[in-house]
Parts: sequence; structure tokens; C-alpha cells
Amino acid sequence: MMLRFLILLAALALGGALAPQARAQEPLRLVLDNPVLEPLPFAVPTFIVETAGAETLAADIARVVAEDLTGTGLFRQIPQSSFISTPATFSDPVAFADWRAINAQALVVGAVTQEGGQVAVKFRVYDVFSGQEMGQGMQFAGSADGWRRMAHKVADEVYSRITGETGYFDSRVVFVAETGPKDDRAKRLAIMDYDGANVQYLTDSGAIVLAPRFSPQGDRVLYTSYETGFPRINVLEVGSLARQQLGTAPGNMAFSPRFSRDGQQVIYSLSTDGNTDIWRTDLATGQHAQLTRAPSIETAPSFSPDGSRIVFESDRSGTPQLYIMSADGGEPRRISSGDGRYGTPVWSPRGDYIAFTKQLGGRFHIGVMRTDGSAERLLTASRLDEGPTWAPNGRVIMFFRETEGEQGTASLYSVDILRGTLRRVPTPSGASDPSWGPLLR
Amino acid sequence: MNMMTKAALLIAGLGLAACTNPGRFDDANGVDVNGDGANAGIDSTTLDPAGDPRSPAYFNQTVGNRVLFAVDQSTLTDEAMQVLDGQAQWLQTNADYIAVIEGHADEQGTREYNIALGERRANAVRQYLVSQGVPAGRLQTVSYGKERPIATCSNESCYAQNRRAVTIISLGVTG
Repeated sequence: MMLRFLILLAALALGGALAPQARAQEPLRLVLDNPVLEPLPFAVPTFIVETAGAETLAADIARVVAEDLTGTGLFRQIPQSSFISTPATFSDPVAFADWRAINAQALVVGAVTQEGGQVAVKFRVYDVFSGQEMGQGMQFAGSADGWRRMAHKVADEVYSRITGETGYFDSRVVFVAETGPKDDRAKRLAIMDYDGANVQYLTDSGAIVLAPRFSPQGDRVLYTSYETGFPRINVLEVGSLARQQLGTAPGNMAFSPRFSRDGQQVIYSLSTDGNTDIWRTDLATGQHAQLTRAPSIETAPSFSPDGSRIVFESDRSGTPQLYIMSADGGEPRRISSGDGRYGTPVWSPRGDYIAFTKQLGGRFHIGVMRTDGSAERLLTASRLDEGPTWAPNGRVIMFFRETEGEQGTASLYSVDILRGTLRRVPTPSGASDPSWGPLLR
Repeated sequence: MNMMTKAALLIAGLGLAACTNPGRFDDANGVDVNGDGANAGIDSTTLDPAGDPRSPAYFNQTVGNRVLFAVDQSTLTDEAMQVLDGQAQWLQTNADYIAVIEGHADEQGTREYNIALGERRANAVRQYLVSQGVPAGRLQTVSYGKERPIATCSNESCYAQNRRAVTIISLGVTG
């Protein structure tokens, strides 16, 4: 389901009626590279209802916008009960003094119209203390069942105007939905909004499915399936659910696939005669190439954003560690150097960090390091944390955590890579192996 | 247990029962000519006694269909080799059986690494069986990593049971 949004900039640009005034201070800006940010207080009054009957939608949209922002840990919502005044119409002049008085630094004013199955959401963002609008007002319009996406788009704009970076709220995550006891667990692929809403299933549970990976374009998903009795890689079209098996060289098991940034290449592990190496298949030509040749285990490859290098996991040193090689293979260089065992490296979409799973002293951690292995930081700790995936803007990681014992179940969490803010992502059943797709258009 | 194994048990069982205990079949079971869901209502254990050294049950229970591994290891212990000697002998005697060796890992490791580790274990078993004279073409390997634990607690007593390679036999043609 692709929603098309009408974005109206010009019509709203002149409506704010803001008199130019001298800035008393620096413009509002949250610098994400600062690791000790105080959450920025913001206010979102319930969106103004411009057509009768849109009351519920107006409240729901304002709520989702606020949840997106507070969920980052970067923003703090001022409760509506402390508001001194609220705008009656979208074009009312903003009573900045009333918002300054309750220390709101940012204000989001929105309005909703609903006619038939169509909904339009417009909004403006204000820097309360300077009394200025941040950027221009915008409107998103589409069918009513896409209202959550419109709310996420509003929140992405607010995030972007205050931080100067792209948001990640209007995005989706593919994952493995898990049900049943631990020794007979049923797994199927599922897709959801980044916040756990709108779960849909992509496969049935007839065979074990593992580790789906979104294409950077969001149109396809790679995953490993045991439907033939042996693990093989499938390419699934998200729109049609059509799927086909990835062509590989002969080998009894193919698994751990990942797309290149342009979506044209797939790198993965192939096992032959008990040994696992990394291979690449070109989706256009069907040609495959062997990238590592070692008697050790080589798995979990991930491309750098520019496609020139691959980070992967190998136990050639005796324990699993992280290595980087050229995209065409060649001699790898080890980058992990701490104690413990490292796995599942994933290159950040910004190119600056590599996320990984680390086992140390009976605990599992999700961590990040620079691409040369320096500045390692562990972000989480539990008995089993695994499988990091990056938000499209490279500021947040999602992963899964499995609880202990016979009743142990897996759940999804997200964590801010600089501040460590941890957030559970609600899912209707157990959930593992998240893969975060791109920001939607 | 996969469908092929179920079918093999059933066929083996029928062959045996035909001369020893025909009265055990009733009409309800007898008319299922398509073989669809043919196991419903049939107690294959009764028809396939572990006492018969040619039976899959004998292989699974008396010879032993699984071997265990130490943490992170794929090397065979003396005890494992003893079990595999028995498996090799049985497979050579019963030449119409093929086997898939399933490798498994405990939950202390990432999904991807454990799949590769389970494959290493399955292959260690396969190599050993081949070295003892079982034709390589009758032996396949597959790894489930940590996807199919048989013991579900989260401590070493369960982990030790899950670090295993299981030889699953079935009637079949050499691949």
C-alpha cells in the first residue's frame, strides 16, 4: 500500500502573519552530537478540527506526533493540562507569552480536515522563545487509513527542523514474528510501522524463516527460509509478496544475506563441505563470486554505504571477531580488539559507525565502534541482546532481546546510540531479527 | 520428524508386520490408498520394535542417533566417536538408508554464527562416518543453529543437550 501525499508549501507560507522581530537568542537547535542533551520541552495542542467529525482523528494525530518526539528521549512533552491558552483556529496569531510562561521551547500547531475518506493535516512549528516560525507550514493529504503516516511525517518535519537532521518516524521495520514454545517455535515474516503499529504478515509459519533484510529502497526483503529442508535465501517483493530463491554457487546452505546500497548486489554466507565463506550474487546478471576463502567461519557481511567495503564476522583468530575487506574480497583487516566475541556487524547508513553484538562474560551487548575499531561503546546489556539494525538517519538502533528460561520470548527494543535511551517496541507476539527500512516518501 | 522419515518408518513397519502381526490392521487404516496423512491412528512404535536391529527405532535408540559437543567446539569426543562407529556400521549394513546429519548449537551465540557452527558440527560427523566407510553420497548435512533446541532452560544443563548433531535416517536413493 503506497500512499501518495500532496505536499502544499506555497499556500501556507504566507499565512503565519509573523512580524519580523529582533532575535533575543540563538535560534532553537538540538545538536544531536551532544551526548548530554536535556530533553527539549515542547507543546502539541490537540490539532484544530476544521471539519465536524474529525475530532478523534485530530486528537489521535497530535498524540502520535507527541509520542514520536518523546520516544526519541530528546524531547519532553508539556502536558495539555498546563496550557494557558490554545489556538482556536490555525491562522490565529500565536500567543507566545502563554507558551513561554510554561517553558515550552517548541510549539507544534496543527489542523485536520476530513471529507469522506480523505484527510488533510497541516501544521506549523514555532520557536517559542524567539517568537519565530521554524521553516514553513506544510500540509499532507491522503486517505484516512493513512493517518498514522501523516502524523509520522509531521513528527519527522518537527524533528528535522529542530535537529537539522532527517527524521525516521515514517519508516517501516520487517521482523520475525514468533509464537509457540521455545522448542517448537513458529516463525513468520512480518512488517510494521517503526513504532509497532500496523503489523502485517508476509509469510506463513510453515518453515523456519530467519533474519529478514530490507533493501535500501524498501521494495524488497531478503530472508533465509528452511522451506526446502535446507536454509536458502529468498528475495521477496514487499508490494506483491512474490518471492524467488537467490541463485548461488552449489552449497548446502545459504544464509545471512544483505543488500548493497543500490539494491543490485547481495552478499551472504554459503556453506560447502562444512565450511562457511562469504559470497556475492549480482541480481541483474545472476553471476556470483566468492569473496573469502578460509577454513574458518565467515558470516554476517554488511556493505559500507558507498559500497566499497564489507564488514563481516570471522573466527579465524579462534573467536568470532569483526573484519573489513574490500567489496571484491582480498585480505581483511581485523577491527575489533576488545575482550569477548563480536558478531552481526552492521555499517551505519551515515558511514560513521559499525553496530555489533558482543558477548562478554555470559552477557550480550549491542554496541557501536568507529569503522577503524576505535571508540567502542556498549549501549545495552542483558542475557541475550542481538541483531542490531540502523534507523534510516543512523542515530538509533533497533535490536531484539530474549528473556530467560523455558518461557523465554524475544522482544524488540530501540536505543539512541549517543545517549543510550532504551525503548521497548510493542509487538502483538514475540519478535526478533528486526530490519529497519528507509524513510518513506 | 520430517515427512520422509515418517514415511520410512511406516514402510519399514508395514514390511515387518506383514509376516508377524497382520491382525493389527483395521479397515480404517487399510483404505488410505493415497498415503495422505497415513500416520493418523497408526502406532508405528508397535510395528517397528527397537529390538529389531534393522529398524530405524533400533538406530535411534540403541545405536544412538546423536552426539554432543563442548562449548564452541566441533571436535568429536571419544564417546561421540564410539556412537558414530555404531552409526557407520548400521549404515553399511542397511545400505538402502540415507541420512541427513543435523547440526545444532546452544543459544549462547548469534543466529548467523550458530548456523555456521552447527554446520561445522554436522560436517565433523559426516567426515567421520565417511572415514569409517559410509559412502559420502548417502550423507547430507544441514544446520539449524540455535533454532531447534531440545532442552529449553537457560543454563548449561540444557545448553549441553542442545550442542548436538543428530543423524536422521530415511529410506532413499543415493544422492
